Amino acid sequence: MNLADGARFALAALSGARTRTGLMLLAMAIGVASVVVLTSLGEAARRFVSGEFQSLGTNLVIVLPGKSETTGGGPAVFFGDTPRELTLGDAAALERSSQVRRVAPINVGSASVSWSGLQREVPVLGSSSELLAIRHWEMALGRFLPGGDLDRARPVAVLGNKVRRELFGNHSVLGEWVRIGDRRFRVIGVLASEGRSIGVDVENVVIIPVASAQQLFNTSSLFRVILEARSRDVIPQVAEFVRNTIRQRHQGEEDVTVVTQDAVLATFDKILRALTLAVVGIAAISLGVAGILTMNVMLVSVAQRTAEIGLLKALGATGGQIVVLFLAEAGLLSALGAALGLMLGELGSRLIGYLYPALPVGAPWWALFAAVGVALGTGLLFSLLPARRAARLDPVQALSRR
Amino acid sequence: MITLQDIQRIFPVGDQQVHALRDINLHIDAGEYLSIMGPSGSGKSTLLNLLGLLDHASSGRYCLDGEDVTTLDDSRLARLRREHIGFVFQFFHLVPRLSAAQNIELPLTLAGMPAARRRQRVQEALAAMGIADRADHRPDQLSGGQRQRVAIARATISEPKLLLADEPTGNLDRASGAEVVGILESLNARGITLLIVTHDPELGRRAGRCLQMVDGAIVSDSATSTTLAPR
Repeated sequence: MNLADGARFALAALSGARTRTGLMLLAMAIGVASVVVLTSLGEAARRFVSGEFQSLGTNLVIVLPGKSETTGGGPAVFFGDTPRELTLGDAAALERSSQVRRVAPINVGSASVSWSGLQREVPVLGSSSELLAIRHWEMALGRFLPGGDLDRARPVAVLGNKVRRELFGNHSVLGEWVRIGDRRFRVIGVLASEGRSIGVDVENVVIIPVASAQQLFNTSSLFRVILEARSRDVIPQVAEFVRNTIRQRHQGEEDVTVVTQDAVLATFDKILRALTLAVVGIAAISLGVAGILTMNVMLVSVAQRTAEIGLLKALGATGGQIVVLFLAEAGLLSALGAALGLMLGELGSRLIGYLYPALPVGAPWWALFAAVGVALGTGLLFSLLPARRAARLDPVQALSRR
Repeated sequence: MITLQDIQRIFPVGDQQVHALRDINLHIDAGEYLSIMGPSGSGKSTLLNLLGLLDHASSGRYCLDGEDVTTLDDSRLARLRREHIGFVFQFFHLVPRLSAAQNIELPLTLAGMPAARRRQRVQEALAAMGIADRADHRPDQLSGGQRQRVAIARATISEPKLLLADEPTGNLDRASGAEVVGILESLNARGITLLIVTHDPELGRRAGRCLQMVDGAIVSDSATSTTLAPR
């Protein structure tokens, strides 16, 4: 018997039991589709996060006050807990390396911002002129903070677009004086809206010179210092330079934590990849279940077609031929189910992409191959037992049943 | 053509041993027309299955065409069945989802014959059985007589030397039963060895040679003196 005849026979057998075949296809398709959809979701999350990190800036080295003694981010990484503060002097010292392109000290707080009777509680960011370039932000109106000495507390402010809208409405904004906390600042610019970039909502923020922020919040310390290295290759050297400089300035104690953007990105990448694999592993269980369902369906099929198997033997089919016939049936079932599942999965991914346009959805090719491979593999593997049972049937007994 | 020597067939049923065939010695020449009769459970069908290589003897020797087939393996037996033996059953045993033509085609498909030649052979067989216009009907769209003719066409499509029929008219009305017997006998007239198991004494008497079985043993053979196998 040749392959085409076997396939045709198997196809006829499958279309002879439509409900059973349909349900089986559905089970297989759901298994494959869930693997496809979940991998594409996981991949999308990974790409989304790394995209966000890239939008944070390039070749960034972030200096936080306080030393995290253990690897893995304890609270100290985020809040800083140290007797010695990071100061403007430290930030200025960090500029003195040819490998550092830009330095921006950061101070954050919250203050009420008011103009002509309207008042809002807004996050206030104290920084320097370099911040705009480091974060790849753009201006909608006016200009950003002026350059010059870090410790000059100029009374100027740059507003986020939402703050501008809520305080000024349609009124022109440049040159107006706003009150922030107990001080007055002249508005010199408005940030362009580009959605959220990690950490800062550029719509809802007020940026003032770092020295002004220190006066406003009555502190001499910095929240952190952001450095931009000249290139990706010198990032480790910049990190080393930061540690040495700070140690010298802090009486020999290295009491800052230096985080490179690459390291953070790599960590997130690893976490999200592991998460994707875990979720896909769970989806793969449904494929395994589909495999067992295939076995069940094939066992029922063998039981129902006992007389037919006996007949085939009487007509001169060998045990091997009968095994091949039933495996062909299972293989076809799995292949059709997998094809259906790929279509369903693609459809699901598109739907998610349509609902959440920000997510770069799309299953990686290895996931498609793996899903189809596992579907075919389990389908055939789990049909081996029923097929062999069919081949071993005693033809006399098989035929004596009607 | 067929020689059986001291064939025993014993089934274990529970803790008992059922002797389905006892000391069967039988010689059948090519082209003979035999009927096997006997009460239910006398071993007629077991003998037929054994002759058709569907069942093994517990002991004894079976020679088919001079070849000892008692000890052949599964795939050799399948091949012998495919090439030399045709079966006709009381309940037709047509595959319900396949058309008449596809049912008849099955043995050729299993033998790996190319599709074009298969189709031609099937057309000829359909025409010979007088059911050419029923080629694309499924079994449930055919009458009993037509179904049995499809089954006979399938049994003879690969031109076997031996045709084994187990109650071929048992499920048919008188008229179509007579037609089926006519077809079987005309096949025999053209040289095929025909062996019919039946309850029907009228059908049994038509055969050139009648065997009577009781309790697994052949108790009478209308040709005993001339055809029993030499010991």
